[in-house]
Amino acid sequence: MLIHPEEILETINMVTNEHLDIRTVTMGINLRGCSHPDIKVFNQQIYDRIMHCAEKLVRTTEDIQKLYGIPIINKRISVTPIAIVAEACQTKDLTSVAETLDRVAHEVGVDFIGGFSALVQKGMTPGDLKLIDSIPQALASTKKICSSVNVATTKAGINMDAVARMGHIIKHTAELTRDSQGLGCAKLVVFSNAPEDNPFMAGAFHGVGEPDCVINVGVSGPGVVNSAVRSLQDPSLGDISECIKKTAFKITRMGEMVGREVAHRLGAQFGVLDLSLAPTPAVGDSVAAILEAMGLESCGTHGTTAALAMLNDAVKKGGAMASSSVGGLSGAFIPVSEDQGMIRAVQRGSLSLDKLEAMTCVCSVGLDMIAVPGDTSPATISAIIADEMAIGMINKKTTAVRIITAPGTQVGDTVEFGGLLGSAPVMPVHNFSSETFIARGGRIPAPIQSLTN
Amino acid sequence: MSSSRFVITVIGLDRVGIVAGISQVMAEHSVNIADIRQTIMNDLFTMIMLAEVKSEEFELAAFQEAMSDIGKKLGVQVIVQHEDVFRFMHRI
Repeated sequence: MLIHPEEILETINMVTNEHLDIRTVTMGINLRGCSHPDIKVFNQQIYDRIMHCAEKLVRTTEDIQKLYGIPIINKRISVTPIAIVAEACQTKDLTSVAETLDRVAHEVGVDFIGGFSALVQKGMTPGDLKLIDSIPQALASTKKICSSVNVATTKAGINMDAVARMGHIIKHTAELTRDSQGLGCAKLVVFSNAPEDNPFMAGAFHGVGEPDCVINVGVSGPGVVNSAVRSLQDPSLGDISECIKKTAFKITRMGEMVGREVAHRLGAQFGVLDLSLAPTPAVGDSVAAILEAMGLESCGTHGTTAALAMLNDAVKKGGAMASSSVGGLSGAFIPVSEDQGMIRAVQRGSLSLDKLEAMTCVCSVGLDMIAVPGDTSPATISAIIADEMAIGMINKKTTAVRIITAPGTQVGDTVEFGGLLGSAPVMPVHNFSSETFIARGGRIPAPIQSLTN
Repeated sequence: MSSSRFVITVIGLDRVGIVAGISQVMAEHSVNIADIRQTIMNDLFTMIMLAEVKSEEFELAAFQEAMSDIGKKLGVQVIVQHEDVFRFMHRI
């Protein structure tokens, strides 16, 4: 037997005890051929197109899950940013497009569809404006739609008009989904340098440089890395880095194998493997727990940024060795509500919004799944976004903000979303105003880093 | 997928008839045992088999269900996975 029994048992242990899984298989579908001035025709065309491509996605993915005995948690679809394909529509409100996508998501059985999106880093077209203004109603009247708006890039700078507008859109989305404590905001991301091939929600969309139909895979495994680090006997930081690299290698290899097989069976192109440590609310499946395993008393204390930088780098090195198709976000995620360790750190008082912002300088992706008080002003939300966008722009990396202003909540309350979205303790924001700064509008020019040619 | 070979892992408390029971179901599905190893790890009986599918009409889902059923009868956990998963993960 060429395979060693210990390797077999290690793999089984990773799955059964350490929550190793393929977090998502996401099919990217090009909708550029669906444009039409009549929104009814347009909706019918996107419905037909997605049904045609994704009809067998869920069944095929389930077959692969059985074949390899590795759980595949989510099956998702990303589409060309709707602002682009709906530009020609003569209707102002694009909610019906979201409803069509929602219907098709239910029919093919996927968990989410991403791509109710606009790319406005340098300016907004009439189509972009229509889409952005439709976001609150679209998220309130659908279940499976995810929306994202890219407002900054290193090449273009930051579109502060869009940043200002998104503050209002987030507040409005929270109001319209008041019954579910602002759940709509959990499906809305504001990006800097958004990747075009990201399989993870809520930020997935099918970029304009992508093929017609593509399979992108997101693998995860904070639980596996956590157990591996904890099993080391009095390690140096170098030993920990080595251990994380090796673990990331194994996780990535498995993801690539699954992705290629799914793509092959569906006749789609294999796109990228996104190796991200995406925590879940399950105990131990936590990025904060890994940082604490490295020797921090509680995530968020001094040293957290350094520990996270090493973790993120080691994950990438292991992943890059294992696959030539690593893409998407690829890094450690630090969503507060989805990570038991992060929630505990906030409750203990060791993790603040400011520290989280510092952490986003060294990892993917950004201020993710953060709940702030319901009375936070749109200008403050926009200012939080602007700070995060600046980090992404200057550091030539993706950053994002997914922030929930749960109506009626105050610091100390907890917002419950359930499932993979978990629960978020409401965190304090600064009380000093950013109103005048945000009201200035315009654009923060592209930084010197953009002049690379 | 490069072959039709599966790794079958059986984990549980040792008792009479585990090998007999498992291999009986395998024979019914025309699955051949290419290699077999057993050991006691952490006080648990652990048997690992490399199995080759011989029949054209082999249906993985039905086989997995049958293996899971016999596992329940014998009080052990039976996992059937394509061998590629281990090759990919641990070999370059």
